[in-house]
Amino acid sequence: MEIRVDRERCAGSSLCLSYLPEVFDQSDDDGKVLLRTPVPGADMEEAVRGVAARCPTGAITLHARDAQDA
Amino acid sequence: MPKPLKDSDQKPLVATVVPGTSDRAWIANGYDEVRAILSDDRFSTMPPAKTPEASRRLIQPGNLLQYDPPEHTRLRRMLTGEFTLRRVRALEPLVEGVVKDRLDAMEGAGQPVDLVAHFVWPTTSLIGCALLGIPRDDQAELVRHLDTNRLDNPDREQRDMAGTAYLAYLDKLMRLKRRKPGDDLLGRLIRDHGRSLTDPELTGTAATLLASFIPITGGTLGLGLVGLLENPDQLALLIERPELIDHAVEEVIRSVTIIPHASPRTATQDVTIGDQVIKSGEFVACSLLEANGTRAPGQPQDTLDITRDNSHHMAFGHGLHYCMGASLARMELRIAISGLLHRFPKVRLAVPRDELRFTARSVESLPVAW
Repeated sequence: MEIRVDRERCAGSSLCLSYLPEVFDQSDDDGKVLLRTPVPGADMEEAVRGVAARCPTGAITLHARDAQDA
Repeated sequence: MPKPLKDSDQKPLVATVVPGTSDRAWIANGYDEVRAILSDDRFSTMPPAKTPEASRRLIQPGNLLQYDPPEHTRLRRMLTGEFTLRRVRALEPLVEGVVKDRLDAMEGAGQPVDLVAHFVWPTTSLIGCALLGIPRDDQAELVRHLDTNRLDNPDREQRDMAGTAYLAYLDKLMRLKRRKPGDDLLGRLIRDHGRSLTDPELTGTAATLLASFIPITGGTLGLGLVGLLENPDQLALLIERPELIDHAVEEVIRSVTIIPHASPRTATQDVTIGDQVIKSGEFVACSLLEANGTRAPGQPQDTLDITRDNSHHMAFGHGLHYCMGASLARMELRIAISGLLHRFPKVRLAVPRDELRFTARSVESLPVAW
């Protein structure tokens, strides 16, 4: 699983960072999302999905990396 | 994603008319419907107008809730850096200091004490004014204007005068800070963005932020404390298990839902929500209260449960207008509520529940003993 973030859509809510600081970070300049771990381990998948669902603007999306991952 | 709590008693999306007209409008009550509408770019927060010029005149400069992209994006981007999680964490000592001072003062005054007058408003006012860099000597008068200007003040003339005085003060402050920007939110905005923010935008931003820092955060704290005090089992649980504070804060924020309706949205094209079509130009009022399963202040609430995960509530809105200060509000509420309970673990209402009086967004007074 690969995480992608849309920094244009991001509203800077800080929610992703507050839930999963090991995966997400936030710019000090504009408060928008930064990715610390673009390809987290399988054990993180459920948590990342929860965070993506909470994002107010849907700026976090998850993508299969290859056929096996899908 | 779990849905919060209970479904609304109301229909999820109801057609109605704009009062005084025959124009169709909508009220969204369902969680999924509100979430869909608030995150859909085809809805605008600008009031509809016949011409772009007319539309621009309706905007309060600096009030981000009235802007659409790309103007919204431009202005919001200048502010979001002020509300990052790191910035909010760096503000914790300031908030802890203010809360400690207020608790010391309450202890010194002796019981019973009105939590609203001695804890809720002083705490949120001092913090809000400190963040914006409002000189200490001016704070009391400014906060009084803000209170007089509140929505449910029946004296319209008095209310308007206070609103004018509030904006005039902030306009004067903004001009002072243009000349000598301090190390505060307004000072940093001026240093970092200078003239790309106009004077009315800067004054309007200060006005909107302060009105969020004080009445909105303070109203949530006051009504949240009512909720905890009238649920002694939940209060006892929180004192016994302080690690529940984050859940408790989230539950307080949800159970209060201080902004009952999101700013009205207007469809900029036909949008299908569920099996209904909202036509281009029609208004939608999204009820955050209904979507969050909450009741208005003073009404019997659904059960308060500080152990459940409520973090998907929409009290901070949803979509691109999601509250910028959400992390700050959470932090203030956490430190204020846990500080109060740590200092006064036996805190309880000092009057019968029925004697509490409520305003649109707060409780008038909250006498407690410990």
